[in-house]
Amino acid sequence: MEQPESIQEKSFADNWYNYIKYLFVGILFGIILVKSEVISWFRIQEMFRLQAFHMYGVIGSAVVVGIVSVWLIKKFNIKTIDGQPIKIAPKTFNKGQIFGGLIFGFGWAITGACPGPLFAQIGTGATVVIVTLVSAILGTWVYGYFREKLPH
Amino acid sequence: MLEFLKQPWPWYIAGPLIGLTVPALLILGNKPLGVSSSLRHICASCIPSGIQFFKYDWKKEKWNLFFVFGIFLGGIISVQFLSNPEAVRVNPKLVKELASYGITDYSNMVPGDIINWHSLWTLKGFFLMIVGGFLVGFGTRYAGGCTSGHAIMGLSNLQFPSLIATTCFMIGGFTMANLILPYILLH
Repeated sequence: MEQPESIQEKSFADNWYNYIKYLFVGILFGIILVKSEVISWFRIQEMFRLQAFHMYGVIGSAVVVGIVSVWLIKKFNIKTIDGQPIKIAPKTFNKGQIFGGLIFGFGWAITGACPGPLFAQIGTGATVVIVTLVSAILGTWVYGYFREKLPH
Repeated sequence: MLEFLKQPWPWYIAGPLIGLTVPALLILGNKPLGVSSSLRHICASCIPSGIQFFKYDWKKEKWNLFFVFGIFLGGIISVQFLSNPEAVRVNPKLVKELASYGITDYSNMVPGDIINWHSLWTLKGFFLMIVGGFLVGFGTRYAGGCTSGHAIMGLSNLQFPSLIATTCFMIGGFTMANLILPYILLH
């Protein structure tokens, strides 16, 4: 009886180690989002009025670095730290990317935030954004509820 | 060094760092960058309500919840230790336009004049916070991703559907910010 318990304990410890690293990457990601002001409602308004290059610079250079990184990972067959081959699931096209994309674009311009920035904005002390986040969770739920009836 | 970190970070520093999140998550554990899925996991864990879309093993995706909790902590750390007292500096044209809607407070990430607890039950506040949030949650899930999942992760992997999604994000944003939102902010 003792052995399964200890195995369970071990996997619990492994889990914590595994999750803490994502927490850490999240913290860094959050700091970058705040310090680059991409979570600022004002910066988003500026972007959608073509009044500044800032947001385009951030997103554009992030994509370039991402493309090069993914290319290097594939080219040199880089493994994860656990030695697993890296696999990225391809995205398949459906009409949701058009309809959902437009709807999210509306929300992005209104709230000045995509989902990531919502969490960061709350952290910076804009507590009322909790309401926006709860509403976003509700929006996700309503999508799940009506999913079968929506064009995809 | 700390003084340097406290300044707003230029795009050519912040952008590449955001881009590096993609290989970091892949190498740490084969995880694709994405934030909006966390909203689905929250639904699946708290309010699944028997809906097919929320019937999956969300515990396997727990890493994503740790990641977004980290983003929240990152916000706290930025304000506590890395904040600079100056307000965000934006294009004077925008300052002028926003002033005509009564928006003059640039001290926070969101305009305190219109996005605050008090204005939540006004029509404008309801639209900005509740309707806006709803569209973000509904739209990202319908599109299968957000700015991080499609625009950064999807484009990094040269996914055509992500290019379509990103283009639609921008079309939606341009339409709202220029044609619809000014009308709402005026009232």
